[in-house]
Amino acid sequence: TVYIANRFPQHGHYIPQRFADNRIISSKYTIWNFIPKNLFEQFRRIANFYFLIIFLVQLMIDTPTSPVTSGLPLFFVITVTAIKQGYEDWLRHKADNEVNGAPVLVVRSGSLVQTRSKNIRVGDIVRVAKDETFPADLVLLSSDRAEGTCHITTASLDGETNLKTHFAVPETAVSQSVSRLETLQAVVECQQPEADLYRFVGRITVTHQGEEIVRPLGPENLLLRGARLKNTKEIFGVAVYTGMESKMALNYKCKSQKRSAVEKSMNTFLIIYLGILLFEAILSTILKYTWQAEAKWDEPFYNEKSEVERNSSKILKFISDFLAFLVLYNFIIPISLYVTVEMQKFLGSFFIGWDLDLYHEESDQRAQVNTSDLNEELGQVEYVFTDKTGTLTENEMQFRECSINGIKYQEINGKLVPEGMTEDTPDSSAPHLVRSNSNDDSVLVSSVCHTRVSQSREEELFLKAVSLCHTVQISYDQPDGLGDPFSHANGFTSQMEYYASSPDEKALLEATKRMGVTFTGISGENMEVKTFGKSEKYKLLHVLEFDPNRRRMSVILQNPSGERVLFTKGAESAVLPYAKSGEIEKTRVHVDEFALKGLRTLVVAYRLFSTEEYKEVARRLHEARTALQQREERLADTFSFIEKDLEVLGATGVEDKLQEKVQETIEALRLAGIKVWVLTGDKHETAVSVSLSCGHFHRTMNILELVQQKTDHECAEQLRRLSRRIREDHVIQHGLVVDGASLSLALREHEKLFMEVCKNCSAVLCCRMAPLQKAKVVRLLKTSPEKPITLAIGDGANDVSMIQEAHVGIGIMGKEGRQAVRNSDYAIARFRFLAKLLLVHGHFYYIRIATLVQYFFYKNVCFITPQFLYQFFCLFSQQTLYDSVYLTLYNICFTSLPILVYSLFEQLVHPHVLHNKPALYRDISRNAILSFKTFLYWTTLGFCHAFIFFFGSYILMGEDTSLMGNGQMFGNWTFGTLVFTVMVITVTLKLALETHFWTWMNHFVTWGSIAFYFIFSLFYGGIIWPFLHTQDMYFVFVQLLSSGSAWFAIVLIVVSCLFPDVVKKVFYRHLQPTSTQKSQFIEVYQGVGCMDSMCCFSEGHSGCARLAWLVGRLTGRCDPARATRSWSDSDPFYSNDRSILTLSPVEATNC
Amino acid sequence: KYKLDNRKSNVDMFNLTGPSRTNRPDNTAFTQQRLPAWQPILSAGIVIPGFTLIGLAFIGVGVALFVTSQKITDLEIDYTGVAATSPCFKCTSFAAENCMCQMEFTLTTLFEGPVFFYYGLTSYYQNFRTYGVSKDGYQLSGDTYYFNNPQDSCAPYQYDSNNNPIVPCGSIANSMFSDTFQLYQVVNGMKKQVPLDGKGIAWWTDYNIKYSNPALVNGSFANAFSGTVKPVNWSKPVYELDPTDQANNGFLNQNFLVWMRQAALPKFQKLYGRIAEGDYAQGLPAGNYTLLINYSYPVISFGGTKKVVLSNVSWMGGKNQFLGIAYLVIGSLCIVMAMVMLIIYAKYKFTDDDEDM
Repeated sequence: TVYIANRFPQHGHYIPQRFADNRIISSKYTIWNFIPKNLFEQFRRIANFYFLIIFLVQLMIDTPTSPVTSGLPLFFVITVTAIKQGYEDWLRHKADNEVNGAPVLVVRSGSLVQTRSKNIRVGDIVRVAKDETFPADLVLLSSDRAEGTCHITTASLDGETNLKTHFAVPETAVSQSVSRLETLQAVVECQQPEADLYRFVGRITVTHQGEEIVRPLGPENLLLRGARLKNTKEIFGVAVYTGMESKMALNYKCKSQKRSAVEKSMNTFLIIYLGILLFEAILSTILKYTWQAEAKWDEPFYNEKSEVERNSSKILKFISDFLAFLVLYNFIIPISLYVTVEMQKFLGSFFIGWDLDLYHEESDQRAQVNTSDLNEELGQVEYVFTDKTGTLTENEMQFRECSINGIKYQEINGKLVPEGMTEDTPDSSAPHLVRSNSNDDSVLVSSVCHTRVSQSREEELFLKAVSLCHTVQISYDQPDGLGDPFSHANGFTSQMEYYASSPDEKALLEATKRMGVTFTGISGENMEVKTFGKSEKYKLLHVLEFDPNRRRMSVILQNPSGERVLFTKGAESAVLPYAKSGEIEKTRVHVDEFALKGLRTLVVAYRLFSTEEYKEVARRLHEARTALQQREERLADTFSFIEKDLEVLGATGVEDKLQEKVQETIEALRLAGIKVWVLTGDKHETAVSVSLSCGHFHRTMNILELVQQKTDHECAEQLRRLSRRIREDHVIQHGLVVDGASLSLALREHEKLFMEVCKNCSAVLCCRMAPLQKAKVVRLLKTSPEKPITLAIGDGANDVSMIQEAHVGIGIMGKEGRQAVRNSDYAIARFRFLAKLLLVHGHFYYIRIATLVQYFFYKNVCFITPQFLYQFFCLFSQQTLYDSVYLTLYNICFTSLPILVYSLFEQLVHPHVLHNKPALYRDISRNAILSFKTFLYWTTLGFCHAFIFFFGSYILMGEDTSLMGNGQMFGNWTFGTLVFTVMVITVTLKLALETHFWTWMNHFVTWGSIAFYFIFSLFYGGIIWPFLHTQDMYFVFVQLLSSGSAWFAIVLIVVSCLFPDVVKKVFYRHLQPTSTQKSQFIEVYQGVGCMDSMCCFSEGHSGCARLAWLVGRLTGRCDPARATRSWSDSDPFYSNDRSILTLSPVEATNC
Repeated sequence: KYKLDNRKSNVDMFNLTGPSRTNRPDNTAFTQQRLPAWQPILSAGIVIPGFTLIGLAFIGVGVALFVTSQKITDLEIDYTGVAATSPCFKCTSFAAENCMCQMEFTLTTLFEGPVFFYYGLTSYYQNFRTYGVSKDGYQLSGDTYYFNNPQDSCAPYQYDSNNNPIVPCGSIANSMFSDTFQLYQVVNGMKKQVPLDGKGIAWWTDYNIKYSNPALVNGSFANAFSGTVKPVNWSKPVYELDPTDQANNGFLNQNFLVWMRQAALPKFQKLYGRIAEGDYAQGLPAGNYTLLINYSYPVISFGGTKKVVLSNVSWMGGKNQFLGIAYLVIGSLCIVMAMVMLIIYAKYKFTDDDEDM
């Protein structure tokens, strides 16, 4: 209960309620709780928690490495993440403060007071001026218009750009000034806050001269926070939901976190590595104790134990030994993996937004990335679920045909021209047809009788019905402030523009306008229509709004002669069953014909009320609308009571143009091994015809149908029949058509059977789908045994559930609002961009991140295994092989940048090639690079390399002769440094071998990393560090480098590590080349065609072609046929490539 | 392909002529992922010549290394005395104190100089973790505060049983190798001492920077160590390690420095001295030699062995055949792989079916 202006009843029994204040808090942290809360959040991550545990273990017990070695990287990782999150939160704080501190005008004690938005309390009367946003959810009390209406746009809430009219209750609408509001005594009762933007149930009780008047309140009375006032000078409203209870704030819900397949396999690998770690630690511990069972190893005279060690209990020692080994080997779990992956995803996702090919010129929209977590999932898609309207099609409606009273018309040059001849209309070839019907005595019709003769009454009635039955708003393109635009409604202005929530309505209105029946606007309660120059006013009595369950909408009007008429418009299945007269059958046939042509159809009908009927209708409507309980159900009942006994007027056919290149895109996706499913709410026939025209279904395809199944049993029968047919006939491709009703039957009982049929069909089309059904289909596929990666793409609010359900959700920035875009992971402007997004970007990202993950595990195996092996030579005493500083910096400094740069810039195959050869997408499908086999390969490689590092150095040192010219000997740290040096070089070069796209940055970081290692080591070993209590590393590195043998050993070990890898690569490439590898050759060739350089790209084609020709002439090797023919010819290829490189300065000057 | 390029150029032209838009992505090589790049392909075409080259280079280096290594002579004399026939067997019993034993050996040719004299131990884990940390770096750099307060890492050789601080503290210092050697050439039945130069056997930086002795107290070196005791196993305090050379005492004693640099592996050698003076500057002439050992360091208890190694060195250090052989092996492997690839190439002509893709 809200007391307006907080005038509480004087007499007792008022219990003050607690309402939230009007502060919006979207930030997660405050200054005070940032550190604890953020730390808590971060340590909930299993990897961070693991390192924390390691760190604590190091603090508690005597371990081989100092706590700094794991503390520093952990600190680094945590700090980087905290800074990022803190920055994001700071931005949110700033935004919140801006919103909360915005000035608002509130009526307090009889005058307007300016205050801050956050001070609004429930019950305050707020004044909002034109083009301002509402600071809280308000119930409209009055506007500057006498009828108490105002227009708002909710673009920032649901993306709908149309103007919506909201109403004030008549009793309060008169209180247009502060002083009159002062005298207003009213109480608003409303439901508890809820998130649904389109639902509001409430009641206002106005005490007027001692008399209580109760009025219902609905969504049309509520002004939502975040919406903007339009076309209205000012309004007064009472705040009902404030702050975090406003509908906008309730809609701020965290989207459920989607995790990519790569991340999942990454976690699996982490667990495997954890297993390896535990195994190594346990093995070491056990070996340590078996070894030390002999006293001479346990405590030789030179290494006596201290008292404490001798006295500590065996079990405790065992445990602490185990933990010490755990600490020693803990680096096998790569700490920086998560940070690097996150950085890679965050930075890498910019490339999508930057891509010119994903930029839509006409709408000036670039691709948008909402979640960078799923970049690589784009390369893994197996099923694409696409919406039809607005996704495959433009959602730009064009009126094409209509059927009036059983006759088909086409629009030609703004005239309706009857089409063909039907048996019962022999005179239909005449452009103007006059036919008499049983109800032409209706006054409504007669009122237009004396207009142009060329139009029949039915036609006109039909046109009027179309132009009246809608919820379209009009906006005039003229400077604001010239007064009420509706005063110009009679003086017809040509600049008026229709704002419709559905493009169909807009198309229909524009069509009727062309034909001479123009809707010019609503003034007051009247809808004005200009019929052939003559203006008519219809009093708008009720609007029965469109809803997806009824699939129709109606208006009840009073025509100028006082009759009350209902116009209904809706899907044929929603209207025809309720019709009792008119050309029902013919209309149905026509509708089907329209649908076959791929037109969107609507059936228009009307009903004339007698006075008694109308009274009944009005009473019921009022009751239902004011009901506080079960309002929806009661409204639905009432609506179906009203919308019956209709007389069919005709049907409309609106064309929705296909988007550009839809066919090519679908074909490309199919070649890439992706199955495309079209899910649409449209009719069966429309859907099939669009499917055919956009290449989803081929003419050659055998189309199977599962439609209009009524019973469970029947459905199962049909499914079995279909699967039999597929089995019999697997030469040709099959397409499946399912409709919503049959689908729900099939899903209820025969999921398996249905899945089997679906999987064998190369194209599936689901029509007549409800939004939730779309999501259900996606979930069904998602949870099927193969667990394919699904992608859903759509543009409307009805696609949101499917977008959220699928692994990757893509929103099309279309005309049906931005709800899909807001809920999507990626948003693009056109369907055709999907091809580039998946085939090129998805491919790139997948290769990059997958290699990144594998490489990270590899390099940490290389890192830690020598340390493990060293234990066999130091009595399992947990002696580290490398110095602590090296242990700490290995992952942070020495090997971090090359892989990051690789993962940002690698291009295995040229983007054009990827785009033109969708089949390459198959090479990486089903997480190929992160398959267990590849993982095993990388891990084994890591172990092999580690063995070579260690034993190479071991044999060199183990001959225990001097390695220096002056006969001096090396110590243990020199040994470790030798292994470490070899390791850094090998690991960096291994990545260099994997790198296929060497930009200057790759060169810089690769060679830079190695150089940095040397410079750092020289520096680190060149100084006595005052704060270190042992100077173990002092001059070790210099001594190592001063030994010629060490240099030879480094070269030898590095080469012998990489040599088998190169051999393997070459053999695979030449004996079993994957198609990806083959196409790399084309790419080199293409490189000649267009050198991929900046100059080339910005200068366009011609310059490059000339240069390419020149290059071709110079090298004489430009013949593609030759180039790709034989083995030896791949060599020239290479030199070709080189020649370009050397030419590039020339090229630069040319450009 | 050309069509695509055309489209690109159209877009570019549009960009030049059209009005600048806010939302249009920048058309730069970076944002369009078109940075100029070198795109190497590891194909047999480069790998075969590459491998051949690397292989040849490696074989060349391998031969050079092997020959160098072959030129180096070394001589090992095990004097552990496990076998009863060994002259040092008598010293292995616990009772033996100040035991001296002699090992004899004969050189048939000139042992070219300079000759390096090493002692070697096996099964000796200087890389044991608790052993390795058992020293006090501050103490060893001459900081007298730590003389009285050795760090805890030195335990159990931090304080002696009377709670006096040990200098140098810790296991490493305590277990310093204590055998001493004298080498004699037998000339006409007379023993002629071969001078062993114990200078410059430790790292230059260790001797000059990392380790340093405390300042003299009252003009006496020994006074600087007053209040401390020698390590338990030592017979002499640190400031009297080398009675013959006053400068070779304290933490800067060369043998001490050599010992303090822990070996990486349980089998190791440490430099003891060089033979580069007087008559032996050119090396050890052929003849009979006697090695006189002051045997005091116990190794039998943990199954270790002791040996003396005489070796000369080249630029690449002591005799080390591994590098040469490894280079030869890897080099020939490269060549073999290159040949295999050639054969495979000749047999299965590599056909590319790009055209039909």
